[in-house]
Amino acid sequence: MPSVFDPSHPAVLTEGLRKRYGGSNGARVLDGFDLAVAPGTIHGLLGPNGAGKTTAVRILTTLLTADGGHAEVAGYDVARQPAHVRTHIGLAGQHAAVDEFLTGRQNLEMFGRLYHLGARRAQRRTAELLERFGLTEAANRPLRHYSGGMRRRLDLAASLILAPAVLFLDEPTTGLDPHSRNEVWQAVRSLAASGTTVLLTTQYLDEADQLADRISILAPSGPGGGRVIAEGTQADLKARIGTDRIDVIVTTAEQVELAARTVGDVADGAPELDSANRRVSVPVADRVSALAELARRLDDSDVEVDDIAMRRPTLDDAFLSLTGRRVVADENDAGGAGTGRTG
Amino acid sequence: MTVRGLRSRLRSGVGRAGWAVADAWVIGRRYLYHLLRKPDEIASTLVIPVLAVLLFGFVFGEAMGAAMEVPGGDYREFLMPGLFALTMAFGIGNTTIAVVTDASRGVVDRFRSMPIASATLLAGRCVADVLAAVVDLTLLVVMGLLVGWQWHNGPVPFLIGLGLLLLLRVAFTWIGIYLGLLVRSPEAAMKFFSLVFPLAMVADTFVPTELMPSWLAPLAAWNPLSSTVIATRELFGNPSMPGDTWIAQNAMLMAVVWPLLIVAVFATLAVRRYRRLGE
Repeated sequence: MPSVFDPSHPAVLTEGLRKRYGGSNGARVLDGFDLAVAPGTIHGLLGPNGAGKTTAVRILTTLLTADGGHAEVAGYDVARQPAHVRTHIGLAGQHAAVDEFLTGRQNLEMFGRLYHLGARRAQRRTAELLERFGLTEAANRPLRHYSGGMRRRLDLAASLILAPAVLFLDEPTTGLDPHSRNEVWQAVRSLAASGTTVLLTTQYLDEADQLADRISILAPSGPGGGRVIAEGTQADLKARIGTDRIDVIVTTAEQVELAARTVGDVADGAPELDSANRRVSVPVADRVSALAELARRLDDSDVEVDDIAMRRPTLDDAFLSLTGRRVVADENDAGGAGTGRTG
Repeated sequence: MTVRGLRSRLRSGVGRAGWAVADAWVIGRRYLYHLLRKPDEIASTLVIPVLAVLLFGFVFGEAMGAAMEVPGGDYREFLMPGLFALTMAFGIGNTTIAVVTDASRGVVDRFRSMPIASATLLAGRCVADVLAAVVDLTLLVVMGLLVGWQWHNGPVPFLIGLGLLLLLRVAFTWIGIYLGLLVRSPEAAMKFFSLVFPLAMVADTFVPTELMPSWLAPLAAWNPLSSTVIATRELFGNPSMPGDTWIAQNAMLMAVVWPLLIVAVFATLAVRRYRRLGE
């Protein structure tokens, strides 16, 4: 049996993981899902809604059994040694998995007791974690009176009671306002700094960019879905996904072509034309100098500009580059961490 | 505190019965905190029995007592054990809703990803419900005494009677836990709850099964609720008209056998379901 503390062995490893729901005719959610996460790193699992991120996390945290393939966490086989896996993991999911009616302190002490720390050690660990997540002051208030960000931080604290080797964060900032999102990001960074391996799922390229050492991109659901289509560091992926973009919005659809010709040679790649939205999207290598040059050229031309915006590539852009097709945007995702899409 | 220290302590604990009891108590205590924070839950369980005491005890009571020729002539003496059992059965509503709410909020996911036995977690719910039932029963006993009901055979049979009622609650708790894991929303759970109503009525609760139509009487007599009701009437020394069928004559035995049978079946189903939640 591989040792948990072997630094060369991946903390999380899956090979050809398969899962479908609802019997043999059900939808294939994972279909040959491969992942390797080095110990002590933050790994981002990026994909749109329905791509199978949560399913992967549920299999890795022993909540769900896979139909096929192999999965290991902290050196233990998820299917055959679930009890061992459970003593080495922490999980914080999309819904804050804490008790609304208990106070922050009662919540953490309860989980501590369930981990069999004993009353005194559970109390001590609770105090440590409350302090670390800045919740000492709110410790004796029932969670109903917590803000969304505080609740999520307490949830994170609860997943850390046993100082897990591997922490799973399933869309930890979905539904949070930008301020709370930053709080959670800070907490995750400090965790990774202390040596915890983190597998983080997210729908937002920006979030993976901010936190992850390496990123795996899951294909959208549908044919060819349920598997990783790109993996690497941000730099690796940037090269494949494309660079930052400047969007030029013109006043009429007829002007789109003219604008594209005007700014064409500032672009680092072919500009993308979108007549319906009167937009020319220009990939650029260096945002600042490109913006100045672009503004100057537009100013000298007859193009009537409505707006100019700089933006980082979105997950949509990434999929367009990787698969050649767009993912239909999910209306429900308009809020929350979606604010992280503009750079 | 070192990580290794925590882990070795944990591993030494896995699989020990002592931990199972401790865990169930920790979980049970969690639900009791809930109860303290929302006392309306106890109130809502008691609304129907209290209304029933008033309605059946006073509005219909005199007429029913006379028509049924209750030995001793007091319908309320006959009624109270029925209402005790009815309340035990209605507790299933709170159980189911609490379980489904937990499951939908993700707390259950965290529990399931922790190294705790599934049965222990569910047993915690059962512990809490039984303790809540003690509160329910106490209030109802006081209510009964106020309307003239009494126990006549001394404290020991009285306590045994209460024990049988709590055992029935344990049985219904496990049915409730299973249903809570089966449905996906509290709204769906409410639909099941409407089925408890006829179940609680088609029994020895309000009228002896003997006085029911011949096609209904066996159904009511074999209702687990009937065995507990008849057994507690006998233990409390309250008027009883059990009839001479085998099931009615062996009420004391069946008041133990029925709940144990229900627990065996539904606890097994619930634990299995719990392990496969979300498949």
